[in-house]
Amino acid sequence: MIKRALALTVALLLVWMMFDMLINWNAPKDLSGVAREYVEKEPHQLGAVNVVTAIVVTYRGFDTLGEVTVLFLAATGVAVLLSRRKKEPKPGKKKYRPASEFLNTGTHLLSPFIVMFGAYIFLNGHLSPGGGFQGGAVIASGVLFLFLVFPNFKLNHLALNWLESTAGASYVLVGILGLLLAAGFLDNRFLPLGHYGALLSAGAIPVIYTFIGLKVGTELSGILENLKN
Amino acid sequence: MKLMIGFAIIIMGVGIWGLLTRRNLIKIVLSLSIAETGLQVLMISIGYIKGRTAPILDSVVGITDAVHKVVDPVPQALVLTAIVIGVAVDALMLSYVIRLFAKKKSLDISDYRDMKW
Repeated sequence: MIKRALALTVALLLVWMMFDMLINWNAPKDLSGVAREYVEKEPHQLGAVNVVTAIVVTYRGFDTLGEVTVLFLAATGVAVLLSRRKKEPKPGKKKYRPASEFLNTGTHLLSPFIVMFGAYIFLNGHLSPGGGFQGGAVIASGVLFLFLVFPNFKLNHLALNWLESTAGASYVLVGILGLLLAAGFLDNRFLPLGHYGALLSAGAIPVIYTFIGLKVGTELSGILENLKN
Repeated sequence: MKLMIGFAIIIMGVGIWGLLTRRNLIKIVLSLSIAETGLQVLMISIGYIKGRTAPILDSVVGITDAVHKVVDPVPQALVLTAIVIGVAVDALMLSYVIRLFAKKKSLDISDYRDMKW
């Protein structure tokens, strides 16, 4: 009882701390500071329609590189934690109940389109809402679909690991190309900016987001497979 | 946006309360995830400006007058990062839970007192 009261007090204290902000909150009327700079100058500097993408990939590119690293470390951690467990029980050829006709047909019909939609999302990351992380998550959801319907479905680990490492290394390589050919690390302007709003525009942003999308997709698929076993 | 901020703060409070009182390991992970969601909603609503649209400068918004038509893009970029990190942390915590369960066949946190002093 006393523990519960203590927990409630801590939670309420945290809420109260935030509540102060809520009471004195005056909504912003206009963009200020760095946000204003970004929205004003981004179309001429980087040429991406989606300002959030430009911030994530270029202005705060280091942050995104770190984020991809954290995701990679988490995927590695999951693999290390869960792969050792497999030695203990030896299930051999476990018999699973086959999936129903609906799921079977639906998966055969939909999974190529889900993967295609994921690729569409990360290719259009600089033009529309979306980007590498979202596209990668969609691709991983397609893989989850396959795991649900075919319980004995195995991913090709060699190809998956190669794809993941190549995508990660290429991401850093593109960043270094920006350092050598343009203003700084992860600068997208070493490729031509192109026509504003076209698919092949905004310099290296679509290239970087494609690599991020592939990397996130393969990593999340790996996490899913480890969690399944 | 005061309503949204209040809502987000309540969600965070619920998450933290669950984090402190629940005994089931999976529920603890879920509570952390709920608190995180509250924080993300809070950050997005801080960047919101009334009557404006998403920071995508297509032909409707236009480049020239965009500063007066879009919401703050910086919190949105930060929340994108936060969501991905959140997913990674959740996956890692759940695999710890799986390992712990395989060892003692229990999800109750009071069964794991080995490190308590």
